[in-house]
Amino acid sequence: MHAYANPTRFLSLARPLTLWFLILGLALITIGSAYGLFYAPADRLMGDSVRILYIHVPTVWLAMGGWTAIAIASIVQIAWRHPLAAVAARAVAVPGALFTALGLITGSIWARPTWGTWWVWDGRVTSVLVLFFLYLAYIALAFASSEKGGVSRVTAIFGIVGAINIPIINRSVVWWNSLHQPASITVGGSSIDSAFLWPLLVNVIGFSLLFGAIVLMRMRGILAETKVEARLKRMAAE
Amino acid sequence: MNHWPFVIASYAIVLLGTAIVIWGSYAAMRRAEAKAKKLSKRK
Repeated sequence: MHAYANPTRFLSLARPLTLWFLILGLALITIGSAYGLFYAPADRLMGDSVRILYIHVPTVWLAMGGWTAIAIASIVQIAWRHPLAAVAARAVAVPGALFTALGLITGSIWARPTWGTWWVWDGRVTSVLVLFFLYLAYIALAFASSEKGGVSRVTAIFGIVGAINIPIINRSVVWWNSLHQPASITVGGSSIDSAFLWPLLVNVIGFSLLFGAIVLMRMRGILAETKVEARLKRMAAE
Repeated sequence: MNHWPFVIASYAIVLLGTAIVIWGSYAAMRRAEAKAKKLSKRK
């Protein structure tokens, strides 16, 4: 794991990966969305609003995946003092918050024609809203206590503690009576017809690759800023 | 109820939000890398 602690080694891998993730991600999202919008059938109950799910599900997946990545990076930062872990956690925060907001907005737009309301204070929706506020708090903490381009120990601990919300989001539809439907895709399989499942899976993979490209771009930016800061300090000391 | 305005609004918002975060991250990365390159060339 420490093989990529060296920023030069990390950058030699990150530079080509950024471009490939970006191109592949955008291509898959275009294919998945075009299929979902124009070729996939309307749902018997949801009608055409089912097409919103092809972008709603990937955004919420990234919202949860983003915080899971922050928690893992925070553990690696605290336990192994890996220098890039803190940079990675900081790089995930802003896109994670954005995709959480997009998940909440698209969910709300989907709910209006499906449930007849823009918003319900049920377990799933409320716990995702809590996740959005956790992201905002994390961003505020990370920017207020930045250390060598990464985040402070307190911010890392907050990243780990905040991860308690991820299983709550996941299990919320089981624990509380909710308007939100239970999980359609589980480890055991999927209850979704393949006509709806394929565009959804293509978009989930596409958005995940795009998220990877965004995080790599942000990590490269943070590393370059750190390099500039260190150089300027050295020049001032000479 | 016609669902298409809801569908179009959702896709437009996601497209806009994603484009902003990609452009913002790319511009910040290019700016920082150019600055670092410029400084490393200075003696």
